[in-house]
Amino acid sequence: MAEVTLIKAINDALATEMARDPSVFVLGEDVGCCGGVFRATEGLSRRFGPERVIDTPLNEVGIVGMAIGMAMSGLRPVAEIEFSDFIYPAFDQIVSEMAKMRYRSAGQFTAAVVLRAPSGGGIRGGHYHSQSPEAYYIHTAGLVVVMPSTPADAKGLLSSAIRGEDPVIFLEPKLLYRTVKGEVPEGEYLVPLGKGRIVRPGSDVTLIAWGGMVPVAEKTGAVAAKEGVDVEIIDPRTLWPLDIAMIEASVNRTGRAVVLHEAPRTCGFGAEISALIQERCFLHLKAPVARVTGFDTPFPYALEKSYLPDPERTLRAIHASMDF
Amino acid sequence: MTDAEILSVLRPDGTADPAHDPGLPDAELLSLYRHMVLLRTVDEKAITLQRSGRIAFFVPSTGQEACSIGAGHAVREGDWIFPAYRDHGVGLMRGYPLASLIGQIVGHATDATRGRQMPNHWCDRSIRLVSVSSPVATQLPHAVGAAYAAKVRGERVAVLTTFGDGGTSTGDFHAAMNFTGVFRLPVVFFCENNRYAISHPVERQTAAGTLSEKAAAYGLPGVRVDGNDVLAVRKVVGDAMDRARAAEGGTLIEALTYRIGGHSTSDDPTVYRSEEEVAAWRAKDPIRRFAAFLKGRSLLEDPAAVEAEAKEEVRRAVEEAEGAPPVPLSSMFEDVYAEIPWHLAEQRDSLLSGKG
Repeated sequence: MAEVTLIKAINDALATEMARDPSVFVLGEDVGCCGGVFRATEGLSRRFGPERVIDTPLNEVGIVGMAIGMAMSGLRPVAEIEFSDFIYPAFDQIVSEMAKMRYRSAGQFTAAVVLRAPSGGGIRGGHYHSQSPEAYYIHTAGLVVVMPSTPADAKGLLSSAIRGEDPVIFLEPKLLYRTVKGEVPEGEYLVPLGKGRIVRPGSDVTLIAWGGMVPVAEKTGAVAAKEGVDVEIIDPRTLWPLDIAMIEASVNRTGRAVVLHEAPRTCGFGAEISALIQERCFLHLKAPVARVTGFDTPFPYALEKSYLPDPERTLRAIHASMDF
Repeated sequence: MTDAEILSVLRPDGTADPAHDPGLPDAELLSLYRHMVLLRTVDEKAITLQRSGRIAFFVPSTGQEACSIGAGHAVREGDWIFPAYRDHGVGLMRGYPLASLIGQIVGHATDATRGRQMPNHWCDRSIRLVSVSSPVATQLPHAVGAAYAAKVRGERVAVLTTFGDGGTSTGDFHAAMNFTGVFRLPVVFFCENNRYAISHPVERQTAAGTLSEKAAAYGLPGVRVDGNDVLAVRKVVGDAMDRARAAEGGTLIEALTYRIGGHSTSDDPTVYRSEEEVAAWRAKDPIRRFAAFLKGRSLLEDPAAVEAEAKEEVRRAVEEAEGAPPVPLSSMFEDVYAEIPWHLAEQRDSLLSGKG
């Protein structure tokens, strides 16, 4: 197996699925000859032609709306939004149309679009290139929300999303595009949607993190281990529907839970996970469920490092949980 | 709005202008008329049902029958329809069964969409009649996607999408028109300019002289047609659909018509327009106008008989729909995803057990 970056794994998934299934199409701004602003679609236009790798005008409503119509016609479109911060013009198309097509037509029509969007901070991108919008989509009935944190998961989850029958918001942690490398199986490779991954087994406290926060969680776990605290790290990978069984089993064992995410705190996905844990694991809990999150401010450019959770803040939450 | 050239076929004397007459066979002419009458009868019955509390809501199309029936008649096997909520006539003319249409309004077990949406939000996969939503003009970009799919598959089909004058102000209209022009797609944009978006008059919707001229900005042809003239609508939409099927690209059609009733059963149009204005348009009634033509051709002897037949048909459909059992409670949790995930299964079980 080759060691590749996360962005290469995304590219590999797209190429592999396009080669396997002629109904898979890619569309978006600059995805064709340019290969996408992050080069996720590099080489696809040359290999599969501009008809299947569609450079669109600059309009998110058009991209998502067109993808919905293609999916209703039986194609499998993978639409790219250049940054998840630019998705909002298409919000109506996503929540009112794409997410609701199956329900409102009682299954006569479906809109199994995969909507890829780079997400998260840490690249000195300021407010409009750094946000983490997963909670909006988790709150929307009908959407599957995915965020990988390793190259192998990126390939396997994206391939599963493309083959699936539901619309998927596929958020890619852009900080990790080129900063993580890992072994990725060659050829067709699937990671099932809805199944989490135990990043690090442990017995004292469960730390739940996804996307760009997984490396932060791993660093925190390593430091904690030196202090004698054994952290179990869970990456849900598919944020919704969540692998609640994995989290429940872990917290029932450790009795402690910390949720770590970049997005703002209030009504962030950590709030839902915290509620689920207290509903299901109440009698096993030895401490309140803690959250380490971004702040309820717009994403700040100059103070990015202080906004994003880091191992120090995460470790403080673990100490508080252990000392409760 | 300016009076750019408006295509008409039915002349004031009741004859058809041979220069633009689509030349439909007698049986088709009568079918157009019957469907226009049926559509109006559905309106009358649905409003009565709403007023008596038997349904929650309805969007009438009275006054616009020539638009939706004329356009619907131009749709062929394999074509797609992405309609607005006021255009049940397009589907009805294309073959969407009356029983299904009424079933959806009533929302009981005979509703193929399982009571999921309020009245006027139909669909029927078998005739590529696509699910309607309430946000205005969101269906236009979907038409673009369906047209793209048809084009790459080499299908010689057209995609019809319908909307109102208000829809031309949306971003979705701009996106869909632009994509259609850039990708040279077979989409026919059929805009029924009924002069009001709820209360807002078309003159306040745009400073452009016409809606059809917006087509030029996207590299598409734009045409205007008399929207109360079913033969003119059939001609213009038919020509545009033929162009689309022949891979000659999309068209924007502006049909000039008038909404005689309210925006919906929740609207009071007397607040924003005069009785004189409504009366002037009532005098241009599309059904009476077409009846005069049919009588002149000796094709229609007894309009009252056609109306009575439509009433009976609608009455029977309502009886059947209202007599059906309600949709099952558990169906609330189905079709959200392809398979029911754990959280919906838990919520369903909790509700069904009476503990939720």
